[in-house]
Amino acid sequence: MKNTQADVQHKQTSDVLSDGPDWTFELLAEYEQEIDRVAKHYGLDTYPNQIEIITAEHMMDAYASIGMPVNYAHWSYGKKFIQSEQNYRRGQMGLAYEIVINSDPCIAYLMEENTMPMQALVMAHACYGHNSFFKNNYLFKAWTDASSIINYLLFAKNYVAKCEQKYGVSEVENVLDSCHALMNFGVDRYKRPQKISMQIERERQQNREQHIQSQVNELWRTLPKSEAKSSEPTRRFPSEPQENVLYFIEKNAPLLEPWQRELVRIVRKVSQYFYPQKQTQVMNEGWACFWHYHILNHLYDEGKLTDKFMLEFLHSHTNVVAQPAYNHPNYSGLNPYALGFNMFMDIKRICQSPTDEDRQWFPEIAGKDWLETVHFAMQNFKDESFISQFMSPKLMRDFKFFAIEDDEQNAFLDVSAIHDEAGYHAVREKLSAQYNLSNIEPNIQVFGVDSRGDRSLTLSYLPQNGVPLADSHHKVLKHLHHLWGFSVKLEQIDEHGSSQTLATYPEQPVENSQPLTGIII
Amino acid sequence: MAHFIDRRLNGKGKSTVNRQRFLRRYKEQIKKAVSDSINKRSVTDVTSGEKIGISSRDISEPIFHTGKGGARSIVHPGNDQFTAGDKIKRPDSGAGQGGDSNASDSGEGQDDFVFQISKDEYLDLLFEDLILPNLEKTQQDKLVEYESYRAGFVSDGVPSNLDVVRSLKGSVARRIALTAGKKAQLKRLQAQLVEVLESKLPDQLMLEKLKEEIAQLEKAISRVPFIDTFDLRFRNYQKRPIPSSKAVMFCLMDVSGSMDQATKDKAKRFYILLYLFLTRTYKDVEVVYIHHHTQAKEVDEQEFFYSTETGGTIVSSALVLMKQIVEQRFPRHEWNIYAAQASDGDNWTDDCAKCTEILEKSLLPAVRYFAYIEITARQHQKLWHEYEKLSETHNNFAIKHIVDADDIYPVFRELFDQGVENQSGVA
Repeated sequence: MKNTQADVQHKQTSDVLSDGPDWTFELLAEYEQEIDRVAKHYGLDTYPNQIEIITAEHMMDAYASIGMPVNYAHWSYGKKFIQSEQNYRRGQMGLAYEIVINSDPCIAYLMEENTMPMQALVMAHACYGHNSFFKNNYLFKAWTDASSIINYLLFAKNYVAKCEQKYGVSEVENVLDSCHALMNFGVDRYKRPQKISMQIERERQQNREQHIQSQVNELWRTLPKSEAKSSEPTRRFPSEPQENVLYFIEKNAPLLEPWQRELVRIVRKVSQYFYPQKQTQVMNEGWACFWHYHILNHLYDEGKLTDKFMLEFLHSHTNVVAQPAYNHPNYSGLNPYALGFNMFMDIKRICQSPTDEDRQWFPEIAGKDWLETVHFAMQNFKDESFISQFMSPKLMRDFKFFAIEDDEQNAFLDVSAIHDEAGYHAVREKLSAQYNLSNIEPNIQVFGVDSRGDRSLTLSYLPQNGVPLADSHHKVLKHLHHLWGFSVKLEQIDEHGSSQTLATYPEQPVENSQPLTGIII
Repeated sequence: MAHFIDRRLNGKGKSTVNRQRFLRRYKEQIKKAVSDSINKRSVTDVTSGEKIGISSRDISEPIFHTGKGGARSIVHPGNDQFTAGDKIKRPDSGAGQGGDSNASDSGEGQDDFVFQISKDEYLDLLFEDLILPNLEKTQQDKLVEYESYRAGFVSDGVPSNLDVVRSLKGSVARRIALTAGKKAQLKRLQAQLVEVLESKLPDQLMLEKLKEEIAQLEKAISRVPFIDTFDLRFRNYQKRPIPSSKAVMFCLMDVSGSMDQATKDKAKRFYILLYLFLTRTYKDVEVVYIHHHTQAKEVDEQEFFYSTETGGTIVSSALVLMKQIVEQRFPRHEWNIYAAQASDGDNWTDDCAKCTEILEKSLLPAVRYFAYIEITARQHQKLWHEYEKLSETHNNFAIKHIVDADDIYPVFRELFDQGVENQSGVA
């Protein structure tokens, strides 16, 4: 496929870059320089790059520690390492060509085994595609601080190690286990965290430790005043449901030691850091694929790349953005690379050669400058809103999307909409909802604390479309109990506002003798 | 401009800590897997690592996630046959649920989590909590081997230990100390002499006196010897006892016609366990193989395990040979001697009393530990009963009964767990 870019005037046939297949550091630098030039030409704004060449073993190390160069020690990372090592050895899994970290400078790991064309592809993809996404997408800008994450993880690693020395490995492990169980509920979805460096973080940590413990806990405060209790109107605590369970525990769990609170905080912070990545997978990968494709094609048009290089590149590229159909043996859901790449390509198409249909669906962008439009899309959306904003009927036809309704009350599945005039809006809406994290993760909030009674903590679960919680919630509740220190309860609230107890820990005989498990609504 | 860093030479094993945490956490399960595995192993391959399987249900990390049921809508690509309003038969659970990312969290379900542990990790787990019996006693009582080490300098010694540099340094110091005053005086006198000689009228009397004093001083200076016995320094060596780290393991086995290859294999597994266990405590472990029927013979490993002999059984012949070998080659205060005897329990009835006598009188006092394992599915015979009596009075003698291969490791553990008890009893 030829790049239709008009401003490729400077055809330089003179200095063709070597196509390897073996790479050298000089060659990498040469390629990087060329890619950098083209990226600037297209207005990609990036953090400085730090490119590290690693071996397969290092890559598995990185896998194990959630991709980060430093992380605190925990058995689950060991498990992950053993798992990926086993899978890799048995040939069940290929390793990623690269890992890129949202940090400033942006750290990218390239695998030693890659050929020169692969290294060039990976540099364009990670060091310019992902990098510019990290720097410019509104979610990343608001939620993560690229300059402090490595320092923070270093702080976390040292702090955890210190705690292990002081209080024992098992003690620390128990707290971290419990926090990990609730990790997905350690995220502020609306409030924005502050940026702080490691230095400040450490100072604050010490202050915080003294402060939190010295402050009379909301729960304990009620103790001495218990004589006057009947006169006061019952005040709810917390006054409104809290979505960030770990934050609530960090600040309010009555029995936690200061260091345990700090561990809760560390897990919470890490979770928060990864939150934007969960919400922008399609866009992020799509953006990176879009740019490795454009940058390398641009270089080819300039005559810098050989045909051999391009064949290898296109081979890898098409593999990455392939989308098998629903009935294909390799089908495992939508491929975010394929969806994202095609959406950005489609936006470009709508800008450059809009059809009547496009003009009707996208009057704001049809015929506009494509470069500005894709940058605008990259900066201001997340997966969910990106799809509902930019998914075009043509793309739905290309992907042949169809929506299935799976209601357990019916014995059959229902095809509710397909890629036709009547279904475009419905398909787009459903696809967008599929990427809405609040639809994927169960909605569980801290509902209340019995601050006058046994200090038990109640969580509420609001099911969507009657989807129940999986059985694992019993185990999670045990972990919650470990952190909270008093009994904990999980309630399910149905659409009429009435609640049912799903589980308690420690398990108590339930008064209204409802079954604890297997509630069917 | 990018910055390239070559990390390929960076140390591997960044996840080692995490791996150890994992092993530590699941030690119980892993230990069980290890002890199960020891019996499945081929006898020759006991020094490699091991595959460990843990039920993945035990190691799952629970999170809140949605379960099956309720109503959901999923968008799939690649429509080839459907139009809106079609009803499709629900596919079998698991098959068509590809789009449901929540299901896959627990989807792998019942499969075992299988992974490899290294040889060292394997042996650590295999021999965890076991200790060699009577090891402490050995180190306290039998400190017979010495090593010499340098311990400064002394003024007396044999010429071969003379330290020339040290001695000459002493000589220089002594000579300076003894002659410095005289030399200073000599200088003064010589200056006076020069003064007297240069004066217009030399005072002959004074001249004579000065010359005589100078001559005396020079003589006195030359009398100070260049080197004196007082200067000599010798390197000093002292000896300190070192605990013996040499061990010898005697493998005694009945190869008479009643011992078939399967029984020998069981014995071999036991010997291998013992050998591995000894190598973890002692640097060098020698192994002596003695097989016997009516006569005993020292043989090599191959012959020990695989030769077939026939005939009757006289156990005492092996014990006598072992006694001889110990006396000739393994002085008991230099060697930690361990012995393991395997038999199917057959023996000439008259020989049994002789066996206990040899053991009690000569062998048991010399060995750290003597283990007798009887590999048989039959009734115990006289040898066992004789040995049983002996084991009650000697705590470095133990007898165990093995029926099939599954018993070997538990029996081995029992033998050396006892060691722990004995030792804590002593301490």
